[in-house]
Parts: sequence; C-alpha cells; structure tokens
Amino acid sequence: MNIQRLFKRLKPGRGAVISIPYFWLLLFFLVPFFIVLKISFAEQDLAIPPFTSLMNLEEGGLLHLTLNLGNFDFILSDDFYAKTYLSSLQTALFTTLMCLLLGYPIAYAIARTDPARRNVLLMLVMLPFWTSFLLRVYAWMGLLNENGLINSFLLAIGVINEPLMLFHNDFSLYLVMVYAYLPFMILPLFSHLVKMDGRLLEAASDLGAGPIKAFFTITLPLSKNGIIAGSMMVFIPAVGEFVIPELVGGPDTLMIGKVLWNEFFDNNNWPMAAAVATVMVLLLIVPIAFLHRFETRQLEGKGNE
Amino acid sequence: MVDAAKQSASEKPYLSIANIVKKFGDTTAVDGVTLDIQRKEIFALLGSSGCGKSTLLRMLAGMERPTSGQIILDGQDITKLAPYDRPINMMFQSYALFPHMSVADNIAFGLKQDKMPKGEIDARVAEMLDLVQMRKYANRKPYQLSGGQQQRVALARSLAKRPKLLLLDEPLGALDKKLRQQTQLELVNTLESVGVTCIMVTHDQEEAMTMATRIGIMSEGQLLQVGTPAEIYDYPNCRFTAEFIGDTNLFTGPVVVDEPDRVEIEAAELGGRIWIDHGITGPKGMQVWASIRPEDVRVDRDPVAAGPNAAKGSVAEIAYFGSYSVYHVKLGSGKVLKAMVPVNRWHEANLEPPTWGDQVYVSWRADMPVVLTR
Repeated sequence: MNIQRLFKRLKPGRGAVISIPYFWLLLFFLVPFFIVLKISFAEQDLAIPPFTSLMNLEEGGLLHLTLNLGNFDFILSDDFYAKTYLSSLQTALFTTLMCLLLGYPIAYAIARTDPARRNVLLMLVMLPFWTSFLLRVYAWMGLLNENGLINSFLLAIGVINEPLMLFHNDFSLYLVMVYAYLPFMILPLFSHLVKMDGRLLEAASDLGAGPIKAFFTITLPLSKNGIIAGSMMVFIPAVGEFVIPELVGGPDTLMIGKVLWNEFFDNNNWPMAAAVATVMVLLLIVPIAFLHRFETRQLEGKGNE
Repeated sequence: MVDAAKQSASEKPYLSIANIVKKFGDTTAVDGVTLDIQRKEIFALLGSSGCGKSTLLRMLAGMERPTSGQIILDGQDITKLAPYDRPINMMFQSYALFPHMSVADNIAFGLKQDKMPKGEIDARVAEMLDLVQMRKYANRKPYQLSGGQQQRVALARSLAKRPKLLLLDEPLGALDKKLRQQTQLELVNTLESVGVTCIMVTHDQEEAMTMATRIGIMSEGQLLQVGTPAEIYDYPNCRFTAEFIGDTNLFTGPVVVDEPDRVEIEAAELGGRIWIDHGITGPKGMQVWASIRPEDVRVDRDPVAAGPNAAKGSVAEIAYFGSYSVYHVKLGSGKVLKAMVPVNRWHEANLEPPTWGDQVYVSWRADMPVVLTR
C-alpha cells in the first residue's frame, strides 16, 4: 500500500493524463445527458426555451419541484413508441449482422495479405470517409432511383421492361445502412485478426483440424473481442440513425431517430423528444453494461485461478 | 523383383527422406537432403539459423510442400499429404498453445479432431497430464503457466495422438539456460518412456549432443554429416562440422608424404609438418585440413623435441574455467592455437603455470589430428 502511494507520488502527471478522458466524458456526455433528462421531466410551454422549468421558488420561500412523468407515461402507454424502439433495434441488429457477415471475410482477407498490400486495402476501406456522409447517401439515391442509374442501365440493355423498385423500401434501407457502417465493423475486426499468431493455425492443422474446423475452433474464438467491438461500433449508432431511413428508407420505416426529429422540429415538443432520447440511451446502455460486465469477468478470470 | 522389393521393405527405415529440395523463389532452402531414420530414434537436426533445418521440419509436418523429393513414413508416402492428414505431430517453437483453451482442452484438441469418444479423450488427457506431471494445472490457461510448464503442456499436446513421428522445433529454445539443461534430460526420459520416433531441430549443439541418439549437421540447405554425437565429435568429415561441434584448431596445407603408416601435411601456419598415423591416404600435393581439438594439445614450458606435431609460441590469452584453462598460444605465423589444459597439469609436474607472454611449446600425438578434405 505504501509502495503504491509512493508510486503515485513519483508520477504526478499520471492523474492528470487519466483525468482528460474522464473530463471529456463528463463535459460532453454526462452533463448533456442530465440536461436532456431534466428537459424530459418538463412540460411543453410556449416560451423560450419551449418547456417549463422544474423548480420554482414560490412566495413564502417554498421551493416547488415539478416532475412531469407524462412523457414517459405516454411513451410506455402508446405502443407506437414500443414498436418504433423495437423496429430501431431490429434494424440495427440486422445491419450489424449483415456488416459482420460481410466484414469478417474482408477483414480476414486484409489481415492475411502481405503487409505492403495490406495498407493499400485498409486505405480503400477508409476511402469513402473522404467524401461527406450525406453526399454518399445522395449518391445511392441517384443509383437506386426509379429512373436512376441502375434502372436506366437495366432498361437500356433490355433485361427488364419496367423499373425495379429498389428505392424507399427495406432493401434500399439495409443496403445503404450496411454500406455506411461496414468500415466500422472491418477496422476493429482487422486489428484483432492481424494480431493473431499464424502458428496457432498451423498447430491446429498439425493436430488434425482442417481449415474450416480450425477457423471455427481457433480464429473465431480468438477474434471474439474484435467481433464485440465492431458490432458495438455498428449497432449503437445504427439504432439512432436518422439520415439513412429518412432519405432512402420506405415510408413505413419506423426509426427512433425519425420520431425524435418529428417531436423536436415538427411538434416543437422538446420534453417529449428528450424523453424519447432518454429511453433510447437507456436501451443502449443495457447492452454496453452487459458487455462491460463480460469483459471485467474475463479480466478477473485472468487474475484468479 | 517383387520379392526383392518386399524383402527390402521389411528392412526399410521407418522414416525415409529422399532427395528433398525446397526452393523459395530463387533461394534454395533445402538442397537435396536424403536421410533415413529408424524407429524410436531421437534424431537432431543441428545447424545455425537459416541452414534449412526448420524448412525441412516444416516439410515433414506438411506445412511446406517440397519442390521435389519424397518422404515415406512407415511405408506410406506422405509427401503430398496435408498436415491434418499426417500421423505426425509437432511441438512448436515457443509452443503455440491455444490461448483461449485450458491445458486440458489444449491436449484434447487433437483427439477431438479424430472424433474420439469423450470417455477415451478424458482418459488420454489424464494420462498425458500425468506423463508431464501437469495434472493439477489441467484447468489453467496457458498464460497462467511458467515457460517450463508451457513446454510440458506443448509436449503433452503433441504426444496425445500417439503420433508415428514427433517433431520438435527448438524444443527448449524459449527456456533460460539453467532450466534448459535440467529439462533436456527430463524431455529425453519422457520421449523414451513413450517410445516415440522423434526429430528435433536445434541450433544448440549441447542440446543436440545431450538429447539425440544421432545428429545431422546442416549447413546451407545440405546435410553435411550424420552420426552419433561421439562420431560427429571425434570424426568430423568436414571443416564446418569440426568447427561447429565443439572447438578446434584447423591447419591447412598440401600432403607431402603419403606412406602406409602415416601422412604428412606441410602446414605453413604451424611452421612445420603435421603427422597423422591413421585415417586417409591421399595423393601428394592434395590440399587438406587437419583438425586438432584443444583438449588434445599438450602445453609444455620446456622445449620439446623439434619435429612434426609441435610448435613454439607465446601465451596470448588464458581463459580460466575452474577445472581447466584454455590457453591461446600465438605461433610464429601469427596463428592462435587453443589448448585446453587441466589445472592439475602444472601441480603434478610441480611447475608454475605459464602466464601471459610466457614462451610455451605445444604438441600433440600423431593419432590425434583428423584430416578433412572439404
């Protein structure tokens, strides 16, 4: 214990370095979240800002605290919200799965190529980021449109007689979602796969495991953390995605981002929008907490036994 | 013809490596190695790094495909078999234990691939754990084990399938020196108790000499000499082997006298002739090398009779090793000759041991030098 204290005293800069990310999270995540939480308990008001304050100091020095649970009550009672949350989670989950199925072979192939080519391939994965996200979604619109490039081409060469319905439906939604989030899956997977010791596969092969068996018994379990990291990177932003469902999704696509937008900008109901956002954060925190517990359990496992 | 083939088949070696070549692009890693291994042998491939010994081992394991040549194990041509189809297992350098599996699961891995019933797997794993005395660590993960324990798990894993041939790639290379010496004999005992045929690759001559029944010296992709540790040490067949195994003094010169009872070599660096009363005869004028081990060199303070196998020099360096010292004696030609002298050599003769700069006389018996032609 004394040694630990001495160690701390010897490195005064350590605390400062560690505090930076905490300070960042506090300032840009925790404080805004509590502001949103606060608004979610207010009532809509015709004022600036457009919601009532929670605390009022009344005559006689009485502090009046008003917590309006109506927004949450409404979210829970109207099954529209439940459906929307469910549909958001489902869309995000399906996008994540597709990204994983597509991204894993890509990440694996990049990790297995020789280092000179590897950097070029990684560069290609990241290249789309050089163009604005919005622009890329608009580009997809131009491709998938009823008289977009794909339909025009297919009509011109006579493969089809009337345009295919590629746009404003689930197909276009998932296509663009997977397209947009794929790099976030590939990069963490790659960084895990590239570290894997190739001799482990040789050892598996030596012990009688064919390539497929070796993949499922060695490569896949060892890339578990990469799969978790990549899935989180895709799943969490995908749940709240607004732009893609709005621009290329079908008219009946229910996404929580869209609901938020409607409440905030169309209905000017900030407290409702804040309540919707709060529930969404809570929905996302559950899988993160689960993951965190899983990881700490693993770390503890390393210490014990 | 058929009968003859059958007959010779029964006498055939257990493992037969025939004229194996492996090329990587323009470089030839293994250059025509032919080697026969008998059942239950512990054979060591010894050579410095890049000599092709690891490539040869990897071809036996099936991880590299030979450019040409043939490998026959127990009557079966395995040259083109995939690693997972070979009755061969390997203990990898730095072990390559599966980090996400327990010790028991690592050992069971190969057995599971063979679809062995679970009860049998458990029994075999227990047997292997006992063999390497790791039973109480069965549920540990590899990172929770010391280097020596990891080595034993790796050994158990490679023996679990009862392979026809066990390959060891630098088996003790990852251990520190003290542990290595202790483990060498332990490993040999285990291998002998199992009775497995074994090929190991090492760059450590002491490890090869201690563990192997036979050694093959490799250099630049070629197998230079094969023999028991004693044969290789006492009768090296080339300069590389003589210098690689142990320490030696080499002198070169033409054969000047070739009589039935001796050969004489005119060694310029010695400033005289070397007599050898055994071994080869060769045509006069042929350039040969004579290898004289430091322990065969006698050091005297008093002049010895002038003649062959003797020279005068001064002590340039003394390395003290406790029971013996190695004297570096600088000859008139500038060549330094190493002589290993037991400490009691001087006490017994009641002499003061020579010290730096002292003039000494070196000599050796005519049956000591080994003549090398390459």
